[in-house]
Amino acid sequence: MPLLEVTDLRTYFTTDAGVARAVDGVSLQLEAGETLGIVGESGCGKTVMALSILGLIPSPPGEIVAGSSIRFNGEELLEVKPARLREIRGNEISMIFQEPMTSLNPVLTVGHQIEEVLRLHRGLKRREARAAGVALLAEVGISEPDQRYDSYPHQMSGGMLQRIMIAIALSCEPRLLIADEPTTALDVTIQAQILDLLVSLQQKHGMALLLITHDLGVVAEVCDRVVVMYGGQVVETGTTEEILSHPKHPYTQGLLASLPGIGDRDVRLNPIPGTVPSAVDWPEGCRFRDRCSFAWERCAESEPDLLPVVAGASRSARCWLVHPDESSIDRAGKPT
Amino acid sequence: MTDAGFETSDLRVDPTGSGPNRSVGRGRGGVVLSAILPGVPQLLVGRWGVGGLGLIVWTALLAVLLTRWTRFAAGWGGPLDHQIASLTVVAGLLGVWGWSMFDVSRPAEVKRTGVGQWSLAAKAFEKNRIAVLGLIVVVCVYLIALVTPLVTPHDPATQASLVTARLVPPGGEFPLGTDHLARDVFSRIMYGARISLSIGFVAVGISVTIGTLLGAVSGYLGGWVDTVVMRFVDMVISFPRLVLLITIVALFDSNSIFMIMAVLGFTQWPGTTRIVRGEVLSLREREFIEAARALGFSRSRIILRHVIPNVLAPVIVASTLGIGNVIVLEAGLSFLGMGLQPPTPSWGSMVADGRDHLLAAWWISTFPGLAIVLTVVAFNLVGDGLRDAFDPRLRT
Amino acid sequence: MISPDGVESAVDGNGASDSEPLLDVQDLKKYFPVHGGILGRSVDQVRAVDGVSFRLKRGETLGLVGESGCGKSTTGRAILRLIEPTGGRVLFDGQDLKELDRAQLGAFRRRAQIVFQDPYGSLNPRMTVGSMLAEVLKVHGLGETGVDRLARVHELLEMVGLHTEHTGRFPHEFSGGQRQRIGIARALAVEPEFIVCDEPVSALDVSVQAQVINLLRDLQRDLGLTYLFIAHDLAVVEYMSDRVAVMYLGKIVEMAAAQELYKNPRHPYTRALLSAAPRRDPRAGPVRKRIRLSGDVPSPIRPPSGCPFYARCPHPGKDEECRRLAPLLVEKAPSHLAACCKDPMPTDGA
Repeated sequence: MPLLEVTDLRTYFTTDAGVARAVDGVSLQLEAGETLGIVGESGCGKTVMALSILGLIPSPPGEIVAGSSIRFNGEELLEVKPARLREIRGNEISMIFQEPMTSLNPVLTVGHQIEEVLRLHRGLKRREARAAGVALLAEVGISEPDQRYDSYPHQMSGGMLQRIMIAIALSCEPRLLIADEPTTALDVTIQAQILDLLVSLQQKHGMALLLITHDLGVVAEVCDRVVVMYGGQVVETGTTEEILSHPKHPYTQGLLASLPGIGDRDVRLNPIPGTVPSAVDWPEGCRFRDRCSFAWERCAESEPDLLPVVAGASRSARCWLVHPDESSIDRAGKPT
Repeated sequence: MTDAGFETSDLRVDPTGSGPNRSVGRGRGGVVLSAILPGVPQLLVGRWGVGGLGLIVWTALLAVLLTRWTRFAAGWGGPLDHQIASLTVVAGLLGVWGWSMFDVSRPAEVKRTGVGQWSLAAKAFEKNRIAVLGLIVVVCVYLIALVTPLVTPHDPATQASLVTARLVPPGGEFPLGTDHLARDVFSRIMYGARISLSIGFVAVGISVTIGTLLGAVSGYLGGWVDTVVMRFVDMVISFPRLVLLITIVALFDSNSIFMIMAVLGFTQWPGTTRIVRGEVLSLREREFIEAARALGFSRSRIILRHVIPNVLAPVIVASTLGIGNVIVLEAGLSFLGMGLQPPTPSWGSMVADGRDHLLAAWWISTFPGLAIVLTVVAFNLVGDGLRDAFDPRLRT
Repeated sequence: MISPDGVESAVDGNGASDSEPLLDVQDLKKYFPVHGGILGRSVDQVRAVDGVSFRLKRGETLGLVGESGCGKSTTGRAILRLIEPTGGRVLFDGQDLKELDRAQLGAFRRRAQIVFQDPYGSLNPRMTVGSMLAEVLKVHGLGETGVDRLARVHELLEMVGLHTEHTGRFPHEFSGGQRQRIGIARALAVEPEFIVCDEPVSALDVSVQAQVINLLRDLQRDLGLTYLFIAHDLAVVEYMSDRVAVMYLGKIVEMAAAQELYKNPRHPYTRALLSAAPRRDPRAGPVRKRIRLSGDVPSPIRPPSGCPFYARCPHPGKDEECRRLAPLLVEKAPSHLAACCKDPMPTDGA
């Protein structure tokens, strides 16, 4: 049984312009101890999906459509009582966000904020909580944890604050850590430190990691498997190696072609044209077809399903190019 | 490699989305309906705010025109306020009718060139029912103030027979009764609206102009200019305002309406200055201001064209709330006898007049008191509504 | 280095050829006062830019890379005199910018422009795109009539890949990438020769980022622009630039031709930066051994007296000399400057 199993998740928002189908039929699985990367550009629904898992979608305007299912450790999260959900949220699933600067309360010391969590969720006494908190700070690689424990957030750098956020997230030894763009706001050398930290902590505690990012480089460093999202849907999944070296979906190919590689100075970049369509108005048929250089009539007629690329394989893609029905057709420029 | 089409993150509202279908009420039927009863076609498609406002203004002015035809006709040759009143009726009727006709005959799918921040705010405001209600009240009070000479049943200063018409209770010939000098309370309240509103309007106009300019200059230039301006603001604010007002009025021994306006206006601005300065301080760090400097724009151009338009929203909110504030202050001054000279009707002095007769004739103080409350609450509702409508967190 | 007349010219210590640099920055410094105490007196200084020198030829792109707080944006702004430099000289086409009077500064603003990072903050939200661009033309007396200016506005929009229908729209009606195009059009409106690109693609999505990079390269080719390209993304900088300068704590620590710098980094900090950048392409070969820097960038208020990188330096040979003496930026190989007194670190498994 997978640790987390999301099936046909649909999260819609009511807006002035109509119903925004931010997440529209996402299914994915995450095994205990595994690292799964969710990759996509802004507006693809990756953050909304994470918030849905944690039950943090404001309603209204948000709504998780009937028929969606989020099973964590066999328990259906969409049906549990709010009290139980809060318990799961604190103890078994934790989340860290992009902006460590705004995720901490500026008028309380970081130690106070760690202690609060430890006392609430682990029922520690004040003195025990302090000892545990200092140990946590040491674990996430903060030097002089004893002094740093009594500092205020503004006295610390972004990298240190993200370490603190990780310490707070880890304080209850969760089985699943959701990290939403944890290094986007940080400098490269600090990003490398934080990624190393996440990987080593994950291995040490055996927790599963759901890493949401727009950066394929981060995925390549950290993840076992990757889910590529576009237009509120999963368009391709597979192991990191497979996705990065042999992308099947034109969108994934486009993302990779958009990145200047070091040493490719003379090659013109080949970006995906246009911008992401609106969530209230996804195109009919394949949602990527307006921006896809391979699109033909079939793409406008109906939406392809997310199907295994090769029968029985772990990887699948949502594209008519790799659809079994179309495999007999040989198209010029068909991706390999 | 061009990308037409709009930004589309999952929660964004397409700014050009025309919203609910507004085609109902258009076409030939809509035009005919609009020609007779402007506002109704808009009401039918659910735009009750503008529709209601249009319809109310239309029917009220039409009623004035029909029932007071002789005064309306005579108004053109009468004193200035009569002329203004007649002009208001004509302009109001034509304006509402023209707006409604334009609105219904406009093609449903307008190819709009761009939807600015102001139109977005107007749309958001229209959705706020309470605020629109406040706006309707404010507009009605303004209309009353403007057309007063045409509609009042009695002259506000003329006394009826002191024997028969003193302290008459509401009803009959005097809808809201008469005061201790046998003057019609109803007529006096209508005239009082003119005083309150024009004082509120002019005083806030003065304070907004001073406040915005000083705040923008102080915030943008910074340095010693900022220090001098802000210390001056602190000084003005630290004076107890009512005492200051009373002193000035006593000192000059002149209670003309212009004096009151000036005194209120010149003591109202520090609040606006502070708001504007705060906004400008954060605007100054925005990159579009830096871009303007990089493009070699002069300081005055940057302040007037780039800084001030971006601080107008909070200024408008503050001045709407400020009008209510000034109306209350003026009423307070008049209540203390430091305001306008009798027999000029002012809501504050009317409340004061009724004080001695409160048990015998409650209506003298109560109705002008209610008028103050209603007007000030309406201004506050509009101000709060505007604040919400301008809130940038509701959009990009 | 071949100068335009085909004669091979001497290479000077700055790595650029002698043939009349468009921009010559000499020992540029910008210190910001730190106010403290009850009286708000200046008690200290942030040395945001602390002695930066480089030259830029016409048509060339110099990439300026470094982590946040290293002074790269301040350098760009100080060159344009958007902030007044504390010290040093900036010569633009041979003219000292410090000596410009008001009119001359106005003329300079027609020749040098800036494109900003934040596509949301860099456009006035209350002006349409058309009025924004027309205002620039009007202020600089470009275009006789409103009709002329409108035609030029349309031309500018098409130049950056937007449509003429966009003229009457407001900034909030565009996506991030489109807004960045508007920002570029505004800079181009005055027909500049030199543009400071301050992290122009950092806030954009990957696919849009590539569109804007292509646009900037096309414009440079077509209009012969000179860029100072500031960014923190090493791959983007390498892709855009002819030469790259790496900044750390207000100083340039290494400067060389782009390929050379990425192939043979000589300063330990450049090494660390390169190895910290996530590898995007699994086909790029085996991963280099990571150099992980410990700790954060020191405060620029009281920078270390010796080598600014001393505290975090992973060089095995660092010693007391590094801690005491600030190394100078000197030529280590032809046109390759670095500020490190040690030999390059031994290459490890690359």
